[in-house]
Amino acid sequence: MLHIENLTAELPSATTRRPVLRQVDLRVGTGEVVGLVGESGSGKSTTAKTILRMLPDGTRVRGAVRLEGQDILDMDGPRLRELRSRRVAMIHQDPRAALNPVRTIGDFLTERMVHTLGHSSRQAERQALALLTAVGITHPEQRLRQYPHELSGGMLQRVVIASALAAEPELLLADEATSALDVTTQAEILAILREHQRRRDLGLLFITHDLHLASAYCDRVYVMYAGQVVEQAPAHTLFSSPRHPYTAALLGCTPKLGDHTPVRPIPGRPPSLGDVFTGCPFAARCPAAEPACETWQPVHTRTAEGGSAACRLLERHPAESLPTTSPQEVHP
Amino acid sequence: MAVRALRTSLTLVLTLLAASLVIFGAIYAAPGDPAAFLVGGQEDATPEKLAAVRAAYHLNDPVWSQYGHWIGGAATGDFGRSLQYSDQVSHLIASRLPTTLFLVVYASVLFVVLGTALGALSAVRRGRLDSAIVAVTTLLSSIPKFVKALALVALFAVQLGWFPVSGAGEGFIGRLHHLTLPAFALAMAELAVVTRVTRQSMLDQYPLDHVTAARSAGLSEGKVVRRHVLRNALPPIVTMCGLLTAGLFAGTVVIETAFGISGMGSLLVGAINTHDFPVTQAVLLLMVLAYMLVTTAVDLVHPVLDPRVRLHRSPA
Repeated sequence: MLHIENLTAELPSATTRRPVLRQVDLRVGTGEVVGLVGESGSGKSTTAKTILRMLPDGTRVRGAVRLEGQDILDMDGPRLRELRSRRVAMIHQDPRAALNPVRTIGDFLTERMVHTLGHSSRQAERQALALLTAVGITHPEQRLRQYPHELSGGMLQRVVIASALAAEPELLLADEATSALDVTTQAEILAILREHQRRRDLGLLFITHDLHLASAYCDRVYVMYAGQVVEQAPAHTLFSSPRHPYTAALLGCTPKLGDHTPVRPIPGRPPSLGDVFTGCPFAARCPAAEPACETWQPVHTRTAEGGSAACRLLERHPAESLPTTSPQEVHP
Repeated sequence: MAVRALRTSLTLVLTLLAASLVIFGAIYAAPGDPAAFLVGGQEDATPEKLAAVRAAYHLNDPVWSQYGHWIGGAATGDFGRSLQYSDQVSHLIASRLPTTLFLVVYASVLFVVLGTALGALSAVRRGRLDSAIVAVTTLLSSIPKFVKALALVALFAVQLGWFPVSGAGEGFIGRLHHLTLPAFALAMAELAVVTRVTRQSMLDQYPLDHVTAARSAGLSEGKVVRRHVLRNALPPIVTMCGLLTAGLFAGTVVIETAFGISGMGSLLVGAINTHDFPVTQAVLLLMVLAYMLVTTAVDLVHPVLDPRVRLHRSPA
């Protein structure tokens, strides 16, 4: 349904010396939950913004972003507004910031239905009540008249999800939708999101920095680093056999319950937009890097698990799993 | 609610009392003997006559007694008699107040409407238009009011003959016609301030997440600007407009004199020049009252514009 092909984006800022996105390929099928994982600044949010064409003015974009065959990058104003209001809905990271603080929850929900979908205000209010009930909010009539500062973060994120579902979109973009919530609320929101995604057969692009959460929650996961997709794989294989050293390193730096091997942070720092790479962007931090990696232009190699990864070492030994994937070998 | 209304009124009365003390003290301390002025010009200013005048105006009483006499009368609407016009001060004010109110309201409408419109235009369009608006409004605000008054008269009244040179006019249309130039001269500096505040307040809203969220939900840019950017930018704009409107009453002193309008401002100037202290005190007190009423109204509007203010106003 959503096909991103060879997407490259360059920001107009003077301090950026490399594209914020480089040759990104990404697909989300109908009814598929796709994870997009990476550190801050890896380009995952930019990818989501590109799907809604919300990038800053002056950004140069090459490649294609197709929704059901139509290229979003070529859309004119009215088609773009139709895309944003009916076809693709975004669930924002911080629900408290995403809602206008001086307007009621009811205003927030009905505004979109009245002004973008052409509902009457009574019809919109009825639908708003139904949606609030559907996302598990109690006393919905009362909530409609309340202001954002009177509701909890978890409640507000339910409101945001309700608003995203209002237009019955084909694709949901969840940008760190649960990162700002505490763990129990996070679990509830994830369950609600999953329930509605399944019931309506929506495509869901689930953006998170938490690789464990992504591999547990999604069907397929893309891992991004420095604006590039470095690995994509079915979620269940990613956890057990990561093929790119960066994916392996991400898994290695999260502590696990009952496992007392020391947490290994990835050496170095996440690249900024001022860093330029002559070869593989991860080479400087990669435990398995060889001198040739510094000049090797990343290309994806198919893996046995049905995914692909952009690592030079895989080209040489496509069948072998990476030495970094098993912690015991690195840290005896 | 009733408690808050009571508290607001009490604050109003106390502030007004404090202001009246300052006004009375300032006039009392001002050099010159009002009694000498009252009988001045006449050759027979004998000590007996002066004493008689002093007694008639309670000028021999102790200060506190004079103040009490004045404030007691003022509370019932009796500001005494004018020394210059030999008429009740309240009559003088009643005949001048409508013109000044008209002028202030007219000027306020001008700077509120034009100021927010120009500021919004600046914020939405940015670029060269923005720079032009900021430059022109800054220039206009840096010219003194009386210079603007003279320039407007020279151009629109003398050269083009579109508007009368002076006077306040009769009836609504006549007043509108006569007071257009004074209102513009009065409002230009305020217009520049409102333009600036509107522009900056809107620019502060633009990068916020809720604006981005509204845009990403497919709302048209016009609706995003009206319903989110401008709507949320309103509190500082309204506060500023209120303060400026309240301040306009003082501005009428210059403008009414420049345009030969018979209003509160010119009444005040005349009264000060002739040591007509009952009139001076009354006009000043009314100006303070007007200022306080406008700022109180702004305070009352604020929670309507921003519901978060209501939350913090718990009884403390």
